[in-house]
Amino acid sequence: MKLTGAQVLMEVLKEEKVDTIFGFPGGAVIDIYDELDKTDIRHILVRHEQGAVHAADGYARAGNKVGVCLVTSGPGATNTVTGIASAYMDSIPMVILTGQVPTQLIGNDAFQEVDIVGITRPCTKHNYLVPSADAFARIIKEAFYLARSGRPGPVLVDIPKDVTKAVIDYRPIKDVRLKSYNPTYEPNMKQLKKVVELIESSQRPVIFAGGGVILSGAAAELTEFARNVRIPVTTSLMGLGTFPGTDPLWLGMLGMHGTYRANMSTGACDLLISIGVRFDDRVTGKTDAFAAQAKIVHIDIDPTSIRKNIPVTIPIVGDCKTSLRHLNQLIEQTDLKNIEQKRQRWLAQIEEWKNTKPLAYKQEDTIKPQFVVEKLYELTNGEAIITTEVGQNQMWAAQYYHFDQPNHFITSGGLGCMGFGLPAAIGAQTACPDKLVVDIAGDGSIQMNIQEMATAVQSGLPVKVVILNNAYLGMVRQWQELFYGRRYACTGMDCAPDFVKLAEAYGALGLRATKPQEVEAVLKEGLSADGPVIMDFKVDREEGVYPMVPAGAPITEMLLV
Amino acid sequence: MEETKHTMTMLVDNQPGVLSRVAGLFSGKGFNIESLCTAPTMDPKISRITIVTKANPPVIEQIEKQLRKLINVVKLRDMTGPRAVKREMALICVRAKAELRAEILRIVDIFRCKVVDVGTEHYIIEVTGDEGKLKALINLLKPMGIEKIARSGTLALYREPK
Repeated sequence: MKLTGAQVLMEVLKEEKVDTIFGFPGGAVIDIYDELDKTDIRHILVRHEQGAVHAADGYARAGNKVGVCLVTSGPGATNTVTGIASAYMDSIPMVILTGQVPTQLIGNDAFQEVDIVGITRPCTKHNYLVPSADAFARIIKEAFYLARSGRPGPVLVDIPKDVTKAVIDYRPIKDVRLKSYNPTYEPNMKQLKKVVELIESSQRPVIFAGGGVILSGAAAELTEFARNVRIPVTTSLMGLGTFPGTDPLWLGMLGMHGTYRANMSTGACDLLISIGVRFDDRVTGKTDAFAAQAKIVHIDIDPTSIRKNIPVTIPIVGDCKTSLRHLNQLIEQTDLKNIEQKRQRWLAQIEEWKNTKPLAYKQEDTIKPQFVVEKLYELTNGEAIITTEVGQNQMWAAQYYHFDQPNHFITSGGLGCMGFGLPAAIGAQTACPDKLVVDIAGDGSIQMNIQEMATAVQSGLPVKVVILNNAYLGMVRQWQELFYGRRYACTGMDCAPDFVKLAEAYGALGLRATKPQEVEAVLKEGLSADGPVIMDFKVDREEGVYPMVPAGAPITEMLLV
Repeated sequence: MEETKHTMTMLVDNQPGVLSRVAGLFSGKGFNIESLCTAPTMDPKISRITIVTKANPPVIEQIEKQLRKLINVVKLRDMTGPRAVKREMALICVRAKAELRAEILRIVDIFRCKVVDVGTEHYIIEVTGDEGKLKALINLLKPMGIEKIARSGTLALYREPK
């Protein structure tokens, strides 16, 4: 079949069942756009390429699919870098298609030329510059295969303009195999048996689950496992939703802003079963003191994650879902009659920690940001897809919205990328049109990609933005308050737009609450509106996120309210 | 933990940008490169990269894992220890005044290396050998005055069964 490069791309996208692309056109990708317009693939036109990548990220996470974005060369490509780095840190499957100047101009400093393959080498799982039209189809196939297999991640394909125009003889590629890439899905059974032995002998076990469990679709297996062996569960920020936030075995999130009981349990446990985590410094605090009494089991599909930050007793390379299935089978064959009795003391201790130091804040005359998140949780029955920006808003969302399901909490965990929430909400809403999607934002970070309100309005995506507006870059201000003698250097956002009017200017609905009594009414009106909404909550300016572990301290040494 | 020297060789896809992926991994993760050699193998699609690095055991483990994770790295082997043959080549430009020429030639003879260029006041010596041999030769030539030196970095091949 004789096709142009652009047509070949469309064929491969159809084979990969791509139904949505987030993008922004430009000179180098006009031919691709010309063909895209003739297909059934939905194109969401963003207002900034960073928005396209975050939207593809949100789409991938909410929909469990590979997110795809398409941008032009030069500035179009460089604008994607932050989004790619965020997706890379959080292992999100994504294919980024960038235009490039024609092959014969590469290296000439041509108009809108940039070496995006060079720039994104350290923040992609892999990337390609298409060397010829003949190689194009194979590269696109490989990109999708790499993005979704093993430890997922973003893959960038840089496409010179002449490749999109060249006519080639296209034959569909059925099978993608790379001799140097062979992820280990099946865990070592001997190692898993040792885990069961440790479970039997341990007195104070804890399960620590992360984003890897969500990525491998193993939340149900994890829940079954934890309930069968009666082991309490904590997660990283990325792991929220892998285990029901309403289950009695739930400990809450672990780490710098983790719950008292999660941090104390980890400090006191004698067995830590870690699954799909990478022991980020925000989780471990001082590594020498982290789970210092525990034997540590670490299951992860990426060997580089194991023993990178924390020494491990039983390393297991394998897919989380496959490993948990095997573990559940092994547990079935094990006699656990006395497990309830055996756990009694440990669970009672945890209950005591929970009751003495619960997550808490003081109700005052001002709106407390935690109160807004609590109300939101109540009014949405905990079923909304929540995206966040980065900072205090993100932590309050993580602490006070109790996620029962995976793929419902979408946040820039590793990179901590402000401006993530709104475009990610747009992507999540595209993947799940029937779901309520809410971006919990701060007044600082919402302004980093506020232009995407136009995308939401144009594409008819009814995302709801909840701004916890304290007129500060709140998380940095909190650090300044605690560790820098209250010197609030450059964290006051004294000039901000009127977010209600701004929403209206974009053709969306804008609402505001300034008193605690108004919160519920504003949320009810905003959440039930048909289109996109911005809700501006003027919250207590100097409210802090607690508990808090100072950076580099042991996680059992918490500052509490 | 003590840092030790490791020689790692890897077979990689012979494509543009692959060396940059390997070198970029070292710089990006804060690993160090003592020497690096690369050239195609008998299969023109595959190149061999040999890297000498120095790190403590956990970091060595990370380096190996991270290199294996690169999509273009087909195979990797730690060549440290006696099970691999390791050689390095150097070109040494040494000052060779008339009164020292005989002495230099004697050293060249003992080390089984070659004088490949003769100037009015200089010799260029070509030497191959393991790290120890090069070090010893350089130490002996140093008092004569080494003007310039070009070293290839270490190459390594695993010994076949005997």
